[in-house]
Amino acid sequence: MHNPHLDLNTVVVDMRNITKKFGEFTANDGIQLTVHKGEIHAILGENGAGKSTLMNQLYGMYPPTSGEIYIKGQKIHMDSPKKAISAGIGMVHQHFMLVQPFTVTQNIVLGMEPQKGIMLDMATARKNVEAISKKYGLAVDPDAKIEDISVGMQQRVEILKALYRGAEILILDEPTASLTPQEISELIDIMHSLTADGKSIILITHKLKEIKASADYCTIIRMGKYINTVEVDKVSEDDLASMMVGRNVNFKVDKQEQEPGNVVLDVKDLHAVDYRGVEILRGLNLQVRKGQILGLAGIDGNGQTELVECITGLRKATKGSITVNGTDIFNKPPRYGFEHGVSSIPADRQKHGLVLEFSVADNMVLQNFAEDKYSSRGIRKMDAVNSFTQEAIEKFDIRPRDCLNKPAGTLSGGNQQKVIIAREVTNDKDLLIAVNPTRGLDVGAIEYVHKYIVEQRNKGKAVLLVSFELDEIISLSDEIDVIFDGRINGSLPGKDADENTLGLWMAGGKADE
Amino acid sequence: MNKVEKFLNSKFLVTLFSILLGFVVGALFLLPMGISPVEAYAKLFDGVFGSVRNMAYSVVYATPLIFTGLAVAFSFRTGVFNIGAEGQFVMGSMAACVVGILVPAPSIILVPLCFLAALAVGAAWGLIVAFLKVKWGINEVLSMIMFNWIAFYLSNYIADLPMIHNEGNAEATKNVQDAARILFPKAWLDALCPASNWGIVLAVLAVILVYVIIEKTTLGYQLKAVGFNRSAAEYGGISVNKSIYIAMAISGALAGMGGAIQLLGMGSRISIFTAQESFGFQGISVALIGASNPIGVFFAGLFYGALKYGGSKLNLIGAPSEVINIIMGTVVFFIAISHVFRFVKKRKNNKKGEA
Repeated sequence: MHNPHLDLNTVVVDMRNITKKFGEFTANDGIQLTVHKGEIHAILGENGAGKSTLMNQLYGMYPPTSGEIYIKGQKIHMDSPKKAISAGIGMVHQHFMLVQPFTVTQNIVLGMEPQKGIMLDMATARKNVEAISKKYGLAVDPDAKIEDISVGMQQRVEILKALYRGAEILILDEPTASLTPQEISELIDIMHSLTADGKSIILITHKLKEIKASADYCTIIRMGKYINTVEVDKVSEDDLASMMVGRNVNFKVDKQEQEPGNVVLDVKDLHAVDYRGVEILRGLNLQVRKGQILGLAGIDGNGQTELVECITGLRKATKGSITVNGTDIFNKPPRYGFEHGVSSIPADRQKHGLVLEFSVADNMVLQNFAEDKYSSRGIRKMDAVNSFTQEAIEKFDIRPRDCLNKPAGTLSGGNQQKVIIAREVTNDKDLLIAVNPTRGLDVGAIEYVHKYIVEQRNKGKAVLLVSFELDEIISLSDEIDVIFDGRINGSLPGKDADENTLGLWMAGGKADE
Repeated sequence: MNKVEKFLNSKFLVTLFSILLGFVVGALFLLPMGISPVEAYAKLFDGVFGSVRNMAYSVVYATPLIFTGLAVAFSFRTGVFNIGAEGQFVMGSMAACVVGILVPAPSIILVPLCFLAALAVGAAWGLIVAFLKVKWGINEVLSMIMFNWIAFYLSNYIADLPMIHNEGNAEATKNVQDAARILFPKAWLDALCPASNWGIVLAVLAVILVYVIIEKTTLGYQLKAVGFNRSAAEYGGISVNKSIYIAMAISGALAGMGGAIQLLGMGSRISIFTAQESFGFQGISVALIGASNPIGVFFAGLFYGALKYGGSKLNLIGAPSEVINIIMGTVVFFIAISHVFRFVKKRKNNKKGEA
């Protein structure tokens, strides 16, 4: 065991035979979970497997239908979060529950503010926050407003909030979903320093790499059923993946060598400013060819978002040129780019990719609802839209199968992404831009998305893949460009890529040094 | 799904229940005044259904509310909050009035001309607000409240202009020419009520038109996409600004049309007011009760119109007709609350469902 702080003689959480039914639906079916003092225990499962349901029961959000919960040897009828908190359980939700205009200190002490008479004692509160932040090495600025700090920082505030309430057992629900690679490794360090102090951590995730990097034990849940609890050191990522999805998962992307063709996307000397008016693209050059996946690696905030917005017409650049197949699309509206060969899988599928209130069918024609195929004289041809969508649902395995008229917002994240991919792929444009296409998806869905991206490339499309997941870039790309500070800071063929070189370039190191 | 959810998910049941609660709350206000709610509601019922004449009047009262209700509902569905239907109504009414008094033409030309003027001015009144929003990002709710007052005083000013002011009556314009009126034929008026007019037919047509635009056309798709998710619409190549203009223009035109119908059907002249008449604001209630669905709005408009007319009879038994406003307020309140409950319930379920 590599964790010297793990005390296998002290059980802090013992969930026995937990079953939870919602009406006819069984979300948890006889699940076991044992967590020790100083342990990091991962709960692994696909989206919808029942991980959050299990944790919500531990946190008292709703009591189990049957089964028992013991905390530090004491049986507790867990029927409110208040009880859970007083039993020393703290939970950091995937979507943070922070008051945006409040400061870090105000958020942490919220509901437990130190008082002087009837007055708030903010000075003491601030001191308390500083002390606790120092104790666990969770650096925060106590006076910063939540709305001004990064997502990683907000997460620390959430963790501090739980610790401030005396949590001994911390539940982290998908804590890395919105973090950059750097923030993820910082979080893992924080988790280790917490266990060193005798805290226990339950980590809900579907990212195998993070489990390998941090957890001692891992409990796998599949479709509400308990599968196994394993010692993380003794299993491989492949083992974990196949236990999670119930079949062998292919992490290797099948890709034949292929000679790239003519230049499709040509970006020259592009300059643009971000929302604050600061120049964020500073003379960027980039080319994507037919039948080629160009991976754009880089740390969030180096201009990737703005680059894609400029190409797709959502942002005006200040200088430079952008052409697709020789057609100038520089500073043209989104429709113009679409008509001249640009399709894209946007980074934020709920903000840009889909109208969540629209049905799946309506979403499938977001760009071409007014084309002759789907309308005549301004009246929509719903039959054509529906049969096109039904075909896509079957071809792309979008679930549930009867989702044609269901609002897109009711689909799971993976299936929402499938709707977008189905739409963009069937649009059949020469250029496909994919921005973090697998963010927040589980292993099965990731495999699927990768398959389609490679298929597009094999069909001779030019693909620009922008991703914060270095693994994804390395395994998919034919050519890799690294973006740093608004420029391309180095590039190499995908087959020669190694993480160290890319990491160095991503941090601003020079390619020729 | 348990019973509570089923109930909350049925907008129809929630609406019925809210209406019931509205009457209960109305009764609570009547009781301390020493008025028997049973007697009052019986009078109200009689005022609406007691005779063909009463029913016909209820329909006449309802017609402009159906239009303002449609105007507001259309704006809700397309993501702009048209709280300015009041001003668009007033301006549409005034436009129809000016044309109806000044333009010498036979009915067949004059009536469409009045309507065209009302549609154009109502739409323009909406477009100004849309322009302020698109150009300078001015919140449409704020500017519309101000434009309601601008319309109000502008209408009073125009009513006082010598050209259309009624010499004998200091408080109103001249009557519009008979050729501009849209009353039913005389024989029908005798059978129904003296104010029965073609407005209700136009209201039915407007309901169908709005339904088709929203549900069947590419225009409606585009406007709804912008209403639901501006970013996704823009990403999909839809011009967001253009959509805002179109949505506000259509909404404003509907409200303006309501104003024209009220004038050409019922009022025949415009008085100088000291307070807003509130057809536009009542349209917000109608849209809410009708769940922003054109067909729902039609029936909600009839309901509100009936209560307004029937309520005027309450004075006969010494009950204040304002109790109608209490009832309507309560109905809207409970319907709004049901949205909150549904939202909370949904969030709870989402949490459960996330698993």
